[in-house]
Parts: sequence; structure tokens; C-alpha cells
Amino acid sequence: MSADVAVETRPGVDARVWRQFPSRVYTFCLVEVQKLRHDRTELLTRAVQPVLWLLIYGETFNRIHAIPTPDNQSYLEFLTPGIIAQSGLFVAIFYGIQIIWERDAGVLTKLLVTPTPRSALILGKSFAAGIRAMAQVVVVLVLAAIIGVDLSSNPLDIIGSFAAVLLGAAFFSCLSMTVAGVVLKRDRLMGIGQMITMPLFFASNALYPVSIMPGWLRVLSRVNPLSYEVDALRGMLTGASAHVGLDFAVLAAWVVVGVVASSSLVGRLAR
Amino acid sequence: MSEPALRVQGLRHRFGDYAAVDGIDLTVERGEVFGLLGPNGAGKTTTIRVVNTLLPLQEGEVHVLGYDVRRSPMAVRRLLGYVPQQLSIEAALTGRENVGWFARLFDVPRRQRKERVDDALDAMGLGDAANRLAGTYSGGMIRRLELAQALVNRPALLVLDEPTVGLDPVARDGVWRRVEELRQATGMTVLLTTHYMEEADVLCDRVALMHLGHIRAEGTPQTLKDELGPDASLEDVFRRHTGGSLGDDDKGGLRAVRSTRRTAGRVG
Repeated sequence: MSADVAVETRPGVDARVWRQFPSRVYTFCLVEVQKLRHDRTELLTRAVQPVLWLLIYGETFNRIHAIPTPDNQSYLEFLTPGIIAQSGLFVAIFYGIQIIWERDAGVLTKLLVTPTPRSALILGKSFAAGIRAMAQVVVVLVLAAIIGVDLSSNPLDIIGSFAAVLLGAAFFSCLSMTVAGVVLKRDRLMGIGQMITMPLFFASNALYPVSIMPGWLRVLSRVNPLSYEVDALRGMLTGASAHVGLDFAVLAAWVVVGVVASSSLVGRLAR
Repeated sequence: MSEPALRVQGLRHRFGDYAAVDGIDLTVERGEVFGLLGPNGAGKTTTIRVVNTLLPLQEGEVHVLGYDVRRSPMAVRRLLGYVPQQLSIEAALTGRENVGWFARLFDVPRRQRKERVDDALDAMGLGDAANRLAGTYSGGMIRRLELAQALVNRPALLVLDEPTVGLDPVARDGVWRRVEELRQATGMTVLLTTHYMEEADVLCDRVALMHLGHIRAEGTPQTLKDELGPDASLEDVFRRHTGGSLGDDDKGGLRAVRSTRRTAGRVG
């Protein structure tokens, strides 16, 4: 028994909120990396889908030239940023399941009584989802390089792409955690996740340019955060014309909305 | 004058029309091990969840070392260590990572972090198992790991909700021994709930008997027993004050079944 386990009767560390956010985000990201290190199978199983999209769908449509691409790009070049964004989306949209799991396992209760503001907890978790999504990006980038897709090798572009995926995944995981705070059950969240993933994907510019969409779909694509993520990725990775600054601003705004919505509901999970 | 570790005045908490806690007063002095004793549904867990800021304070006053849970919830959280009723650790992390996680969430300074994590693990007898995934731990080890998580913050008030429910007798003795060693070494204040009379007898300096949201009696286990006669047990005391038995499970019965099942599922 060590007498070093002493007692502190004052709150000690001053509770300035602005210092807690970066610290909590770092902590949750670190825990996510530790979990990934212990179990790498998920990285592999999650790599299957993007591989199919690129190798089967992408190669086929590349050959038949059915989809017009801007800036004289090959279809594979056009598609790869879309698949990167999509694999991040798929990771993030089911992230709310983890928070329900943590609720069922009693871990969430303990997290909620640490000196962590709820919004910092949610922001931390959403960036942790971003870490998982970024691990998928590495897989897709490596695969794209192997099949000879011509992507930017400028380190700034690569870093920027990771940032775009991080923000995208942060928003979609907030969306997922918001739904989790409403439905409170894992199987219901699964159903809703399935229900919204494909519409988000198809109502975006991931598979085809906005210019060939019917008018109503263009409107949906314009409010869809996934479109902004894909646009930013395309601009940075393929050099296509894009509004990268605007894309990041819109993504960041969506993350703020997502954190606010989700943190106002997370208390429901603790009851 | 120093504030008591916990001061509860006129606490009332309702879920809809049902008053789970119906106006209780409670003072836990510093360095004391205080037990809330009662059957499932007595209001023990609700009381604890208001104290640790998990539930909003609806009516009454609650102060932890002088800090108001309503006005300064973050300060209160920094002073508390909490182990919930349900066995709850992150199975995909090692024991050490589980404790390190909470050290960061409680802002333990970087220079002290490793030492504090090691101390907490050693104090709970988990030094050798620290680098194993927590998913491989037995039920008793998980509970001790949770205690280590709660201790890494050096809490002034350690709050334990049914610390040994679902554990076998050996694991239960292990947890009791660690809690006893801990308070001897540190003088830490402990607030625990239990429906095991033996647990209250072994661990607690004072107990309050709770029944249907009210406190029916309060005192040292010995005084309460002496009031009834030489051979009285805490069970007798409880029956005398409430007309019911500690084993009564009519309120919260389903919850008890669920938590036992969860525990069994995890411990496997």
C-alpha cells in the first residue's frame, strides 16, 4: 500500500474551459489510437468496401466513359477523392454506436462525472472518429497509388486532405451521436445509420459532378457536408477547380452545429 | 471551521410523479466511511447520482467540501472519485491505459502522471496485470481497476455505489481489504451504498438506513445494534426501523436483475 495515494481537498487545477478543449480532444484521440493499436482487424475489414468501389466500380466506369468529368480528368482520378470521403463517412456514421455501447457498459457515466464539459466530451469523441477515418484514408491513398491514379504528392495537399477528412468525420460522428441521443438504442441507430448513409452519399458530388444532376438533387448536394468534403479533397489531391477555403469553412460550421446538437442530447444517455 | 466532506439538506428527487429520494438530510465528516444501507429502490443510487452531478439537483442543498453541486459542478467533480454499481471499464485498453485515460481527464499534471498511475495500480494490487487488456480481467480485478481509476485523481471523497455487488466472496474480500487499507493510509472520506449488512458492518464508521426515499435511522453500526439488544444484527435494526427486510426486492427488482445479468455477462 503506497501512502502516495494522498488526498486533495481543493479542486486544484483551475477550471478554465478554453484549456480543457484541446486537452480533452487530445485524450480521446490518444485513446482511439491505443484501441486501434490493440485491434487492427477493423482497419482491414473496413478497407474492403473502398477497395471494391475503386477496383470494380471505378475501373469499370473509367473504361466506359459514362460519366463526364470536369478538367479532363480520368474517372478514377475524379472518383478517388469521393471514395476517400465515403470511407470516412461510413466509419463516422456508426460512431454513435460506440457511445451507446459505452452507456450500456457504464463507461459513459464515469466520463460524465470527470471535469469534462459535455461539449468537450463530444468534440473529443468526434475527433477520435476522425482518427479512425484518417486511418482509412491511408488505405485508400495507398491503393490509389498502386492502381496508378495520379494524385498530388505535395505534403501540404496530403495534410490538407487529412484535415478535410477529419472535419467530415467529426461532423458525421456528431450526427450519429445526436441520433444516438434521440433513439438511445443500438439497433435503432444501426437502422437509421443505414437509412441515411446512402442518401448522403448519392446526394453528393462523390460519384458524379454536380453539373449532371437534376435540379432538386443539386439543392441537396449544396447543403450536404459530404459534397464540401469531396470538393476540398478534389481540389487538393487532383488539382481540379474547387473552393477549398469555402469548403473548410462550411465543414467547420457543420462541426460546430453537430457538437452543439449532440452535446445537448448526451445527458439523455446517462439517465 | 472546516466544511464536512458532504452536506445534504432537504434533498428530494423525482422521476415523474415518483419521489425516489423524498427529503433527506445527511452529513459525512472528513475521513469517515459512511454507508447508505437499504434494499434496491431505497433511493441510494439516486442520492449518489445527485452528489456526483450526474443528475441535476431538483430540490434541497448538496455541498461537497463546501462546494455547491448546483453552482460549481466542475469543482465538485474534481474532488470526487466515483465507481458506479455496474462493472465498467474499457475492455479494449490495458489496465494501465484505462487508468492513464482518467488521469488525463482529471488533468493530472504530465510530470506526475506516470507515477500516479503506477501508484494507483499498485495500491489496488494490479501492478503485474497493468499491461494486459482489461477485457481479460476477472470481475474482482475489474472492480479494483475501477478503484484505481477513481483514485488517480486523489479524490477527497470516494463514492462507491454497491462496490461488491455481483462479486464472489473472495473478490469481495479483496475489494474490502483495499478500501480499508486505503482509508488507513490516506484518511480518505468514503461514501458507499450497499444492501449487504456485512459490508456495512465491516467497512462503515456510520450508516444511514434508507427506505423508500427516506432515512429511517442513522448512527454507528454498533449503536444501532445496541439499541435493540446484545445479539441484534443490522438486519434486525433494519427490520425494526422499516418493517421490511433488506432482501426485499419489490422496488427496482427489474433493474437489479438487469445489472446482475450485465455483470455476469461481462465477467463471463
